[in-house]
Amino acid sequence: MEQTLTLTVNGRPHTVTTNPERPLLDVLREDLGLTGAKYGCGDRQCGACTVLLSGRPIFSCSTRVATAVGREIETIEGLADGDTLHPVQEAFVAEGVSQCGYCTPGMIMTAVSLLRRDPQPTEAKIRSEMQRNICRCGVYPRILRAVQRAAQAANGGQP
Amino acid sequence: MSATIQRKEPANIVPPEIDYDALLEPVQFHFALDRREFVQVLGAGLVVSVIVGPALAQRRRGGGGFRGGPPATLAARIHLGEDGAVTVLSGKVECGQGARTQIAMAAAEELRVPLERIHVVLADTGTTPDDGMTAGSRTTPSTIPSVRQAAAAVRKLLVDFAAERLRVPADSLDVRNGQVIRPGQPMPRILLGYELLVNDPAVREKLAAQTPADAELTPDADWQVLGKPQPAFAARDKVTGAHKCPSDINRPGMLYGAILRPPTYRGKLVSVDPAPVRAMPGVVVVQDGGFVGIAAPTSFAARQAIDALAKTAQWTTAPLPPSETLFEHLREHAEGLRESPLAAEVAAATKSLRQTYHVSYVQHAPLEPRVALAEWTDGKLTVWTGTQGPFRVKGELQSAFRLANDAVRVIVPDFGSGYGGKHTGECAVEAARLAKAAGKPVMLRWTREEEFTWAYFRPAGVIEMEASLDAENRITTWRHINIGSGGNSIETPYRVGRKDQRHIRSRPPLREGSYRALASTANSFARESFMDELAALAGVNPLEFRLAHLDEPRLRPVLEAAAEKFGWRERVANKRPNRGVGLACSWDKGSVVACCVEVEVVPNANNIRVLEVCEAFECGKIMNPDNLRSQIEGAIVMGLGPALSEEIRFDAERITNPNFRQYRVPRFRDTPRIETVLVDRPDLTSVGAGETPIIVIAPAIANAVFNASGQRIRQMPITLG
Repeated sequence: MEQTLTLTVNGRPHTVTTNPERPLLDVLREDLGLTGAKYGCGDRQCGACTVLLSGRPIFSCSTRVATAVGREIETIEGLADGDTLHPVQEAFVAEGVSQCGYCTPGMIMTAVSLLRRDPQPTEAKIRSEMQRNICRCGVYPRILRAVQRAAQAANGGQP
Repeated sequence: MSATIQRKEPANIVPPEIDYDALLEPVQFHFALDRREFVQVLGAGLVVSVIVGPALAQRRRGGGGFRGGPPATLAARIHLGEDGAVTVLSGKVECGQGARTQIAMAAAEELRVPLERIHVVLADTGTTPDDGMTAGSRTTPSTIPSVRQAAAAVRKLLVDFAAERLRVPADSLDVRNGQVIRPGQPMPRILLGYELLVNDPAVREKLAAQTPADAELTPDADWQVLGKPQPAFAARDKVTGAHKCPSDINRPGMLYGAILRPPTYRGKLVSVDPAPVRAMPGVVVVQDGGFVGIAAPTSFAARQAIDALAKTAQWTTAPLPPSETLFEHLREHAEGLRESPLAAEVAAATKSLRQTYHVSYVQHAPLEPRVALAEWTDGKLTVWTGTQGPFRVKGELQSAFRLANDAVRVIVPDFGSGYGGKHTGECAVEAARLAKAAGKPVMLRWTREEEFTWAYFRPAGVIEMEASLDAENRITTWRHINIGSGGNSIETPYRVGRKDQRHIRSRPPLREGSYRALASTANSFARESFMDELAALAGVNPLEFRLAHLDEPRLRPVLEAAAEKFGWRERVANKRPNRGVGLACSWDKGSVVACCVEVEVVPNANNIRVLEVCEAFECGKIMNPDNLRSQIEGAIVMGLGPALSEEIRFDAERITNPNFRQYRVPRFRDTPRIETVLVDRPDLTSVGAGETPIIVIAPAIANAVFNASGQRIRQMPITLG
């Protein structure tokens, strides 16, 4: 029942031989060594496993790996350009967001997707789009500020 | 150099030391540990490589226990590299609270070395000293002074070494940027840095001895690193995905584990048929008494195998008292509940009031569930796991597998949060049992449902409050009885007459343990709700009523600071429909806190929305202001959950909401506007800040809900209906 699948992760093709029913999250973490996306609930409820599939945030814990074939998968590991952080990553560092950091990759991927679709989101829009991601340390106020900071940076520093 | 500052200990509010784990029910493992299998594992010949830290010959004294002990030697705390690198070692863990950064700051300050040149190795029982559990907000008051003392001693070694070489008095020298300087004189011709100490026999001898107590600490006024906002260590790795939590560790040939759990809370295994699973490729089945688990090449395969095993398993069970009857159950089983010794005075008083408050079970729900990676090599065990008690978990492993002290090593990579929920090592023991059978390293990660069911809970409680007032509305008697949830912060900060304050144990239906601030939240919820009720009885504004009874010299200004910043008096005077304001203050672990909130109550919808929280906090001299603010903000947000929505529910058989769908934790849209007021007290010793900021959010909300709706809710979570 194993199949050989080709996945495009962060612009690079990867061939894996696997049970196609496995969650994408498991294949990223256990087969490809990409451990940025985390297991938090396995239940589409916490967003720790968030990666982008064709640009949209998905719960990779509850997405069969087979459904990702032929589509672009983006993970936190592919976001920075060498040593240059993505503006959202930059903003998370600048705002001193992370406490334990376990939710951070999922939060950043959700925020990146949001800002691509809506570069200048309202606060209400940020809250509603980020509602899918849980942070137990409670750093939501800082994440909110970081997303606003990244939006501002993309707008040449204008709010 | 400079004179040491005599620091006032906040003696009047330091409560008696409470063992956070007094309520914790340990899980006992009784493995048969088949001899043959043991030999097979011995023959497997795996190699453990050291992942972190310099291998230091270091002897630890005693067990350390909850609070740990001082490191045996100076070298056990601070390691100097030949390249000038400085490594600080501590048995504390980092799980988001900022210990790693703060320990580095303390060392950088005293060594006078730039912060970025300090390496910190935490929580590796093979290399770090036992600084006790990372619990009870103890890192700041116990570990930081120990690190500072050791770092100051190493700086003194360098100064003395240089003084001898340069033939100048030691007090004419100082250290800056890790190099010896002569203040007011040209730089010494030769560079004298910490790397020179490494090979000096006399220095080595001193490093191998106990930390001397005579080195002078840097006075606060001269602080360059401490007391200033410092960026968190690993902040960059956390945004790039490079940061490795315990669940991200990988070992060659590693398998993934899963455990067969009972379908009911009190289920016991009768039988299971492993035959169908044995046929699955690469799957190892382990049965040892009631312990049944799987190790498989992927976590998906392990889960499939467990599901197949579960179909063949037979169980017995015993009933639970359902959560609807929880408070009656706790009261019924209270041990030693007695009549009030104050009854006669209460009966004779002008006014009196008696109320009961209920606090439900909640779960920490750390985003990274329990996880452990276990590896056996030549009969020795190494476990990477997320725990707040590395040395305690080491002890649990030793006792489960009957291993000698030097046969177990526990390494705790910075992990995905704990909040008091990860004091124990059950997952580590389970992973080790699987790895022993598999003869390969095994990673065991609990599922969210397992975490919600088989981890421990913050204790539920029934709290009875009674007080009487005289004709001038002074509190003349005060009774605070906590049944079940604990005694933290039960001592009232208010000036009252005769008191009766006690925690009484009960027979909890669920496994209980620590939690951020543990029972301080329950006791503050009851006391501060009750103070509002007494204020209403007296016909006095809640703030004025509190201030009339509050002499405590640290809490009073903090309450006033919160009320001032929030604009309490103006908001009370200008009450808006469906809006309400509430306040609460309390103390715990040597720190004091007050908060004001504004809520909106939607009529008919029974919906409570917290619009704004303003919290003032004081923990003595501030060490890292930005991290302190982050801890306060986080505690406020986390505290919204048990205040408004979090509650573990169970029927006669099982936990009925073991997931984030039904157990609702705070999310983005629940987050109010937050204002924090940091009250700095340079005249007071620094104490911890990770817990106390959480304890007043629930009572402040309950009081605001009353102000908005006229409904007094005496239960956490606070719900209308």
